[in-house]
Amino acid sequence: MSTIVFIDTRGKKIPKAATEAVTYAHQLSGGPVTAVTFGDATGLEALGAYGAGKVVVARGVNTVDGQQLTKLVVDVASDQDAKNVVCMHDATGRSVAPRVAARLKAGHVAGAIALPEGDLIKRNVFSGKARSWVKVSSPVRVISLMPNSIAPEQGERTATVEEYSGDLGEPRIALKEVRKAGEGIPLPEAEIVVSAGRGMKGPENWGPIEELARLLGAATACSRPVADMHWRPHHEHVGQTGIAIRPNCYIAIGISGAIQHLAGVNQSKVIAVINKDPEAPFFKAADYGIVGDAFEVLPKLIEAAKKLNAEH
Amino acid sequence: MKILVLISQVPDTTARIAFTNDNTSYDTSGVQFIVNPYDEWYALVRGLELKEANGGSVTTVTVGTADTEPTIRKALAIGADEAVRIDVAPVDALQVAEQIAAFATDKGYDLVLAGKETIDYNGSQVAGMVAELLDLPYVPLASKLDIAGATATVERDVAGGVEVLEVQLPLVVSASKGMAEQRIPNMRGIMAARTKPLNVVPAAEADHVAATARFELPPPKGTCKMIPAEDAGQLIELLHSEAKVI
Repeated sequence: MSTIVFIDTRGKKIPKAATEAVTYAHQLSGGPVTAVTFGDATGLEALGAYGAGKVVVARGVNTVDGQQLTKLVVDVASDQDAKNVVCMHDATGRSVAPRVAARLKAGHVAGAIALPEGDLIKRNVFSGKARSWVKVSSPVRVISLMPNSIAPEQGERTATVEEYSGDLGEPRIALKEVRKAGEGIPLPEAEIVVSAGRGMKGPENWGPIEELARLLGAATACSRPVADMHWRPHHEHVGQTGIAIRPNCYIAIGISGAIQHLAGVNQSKVIAVINKDPEAPFFKAADYGIVGDAFEVLPKLIEAAKKLNAEH
Repeated sequence: MKILVLISQVPDTTARIAFTNDNTSYDTSGVQFIVNPYDEWYALVRGLELKEANGGSVTTVTVGTADTEPTIRKALAIGADEAVRIDVAPVDALQVAEQIAAFATDKGYDLVLAGKETIDYNGSQVAGMVAELLDLPYVPLASKLDIAGATATVERDVAGGVEVLEVQLPLVVSASKGMAEQRIPNMRGIMAARTKPLNVVPAAEADHVAATARFELPPPKGTCKMIPAEDAGQLIELLHSEAKVI
């Protein structure tokens, strides 16, 4: 059963989510797969380690136009007679996977979190409060993989790299500018997140949150009220109406844990909650808890993090 | 400017999540339904702001049976001019997209807006599929959208920054946080919504290529290990040596 995997490798190094997607495609097919990508990244041979036999790359294409990328994916899918098209469930994947599915009249499993069991594929629904098993009945399946759902393989092989020779046409979407975020780790990719809420009392008190995050190599996040009051930027808001994240470790300080907030963080592997209210609902979803005042607890956490860094 | 906003009905954000019929269907008993927050707060409100600034109309479209009408009236109360309900139960994303595309084709919409995903199925699929079926450009996850003449400027948060994109109308956009601020319908809006047109159109032919076979609830969380506040530093040690996540 032929499987292809579409990944976005425009950055300097191959993103972890892309290595996960190639691994997923490889394990799904049980043999080498064809990876499809675009742009000018070097070192694509290394995708062989994750199970790609061949990489087809559209060189010189740095587009954000989902129609061009859809043509690229559909061309390679048709060339390989692909029965499975695996994508990443990120911004690029979201602009391409639904289009590919509509073009191929294929069932699309968006945000898969595991390999199929039989013909059923598991994904999160109700904002992480439940899972569903989806059955696709079309000849071709499109599967978008949720980041952090599978451990990347590490083999020895290298992939052959081929240039895509088709014509993708003219872009209809132009990228005018990329405004770089400040320093710090982008929240969606962070493995550790330090998040804070109204319990911090005001934006001027975020210093210790940022310091703890820096010491732990973590990204910073916040609750909805904090973003709505403009204490922190909107892109830091995690929750049902902000962004959903799946870090290994989520440390929540001064956040009560309303169900809407939990919907954005309940996929975290380990949750630690610091709140002065012992009845805060967040403790029910937590692995570790401290009942205490944020302003008294934070210096102790910072001191312990410095000690940990000094030892390791 | 003719604007079409895709509206889904979803369970209230605080609704209990439970399943019936051997875990094959969502248990709707006692559940209050609302307009999907991303559709309402961001897509619909931005559509209304653009109409107020540039003139034109805002139409909503929903794929659903008659029980979605109270939710559709809510979108009208917030300010949409008219609503369309395509009379069929939604089963999978492609089927829903095909219904919407069949309705929207040749109607000359300049802008199609949707929330970035629904809070029940979280697929982030329908808007992109509609764009493909209508052969329109599509920008998902937009946090800002401005229109000048026939040119749209769209911003979206991506890993490491903000992308600023420029596209000619017509265009499909999915909206995330930042696009607009929630509007609470006032009494006049609610009264007006009763008499605004809610047109029911019959379903078109559509594909059925994916279906939910069953649901499950996540395994219950183990107990929370409590650490005394005076020994707070212990948390960092436990996260390192016991949980092995830092």
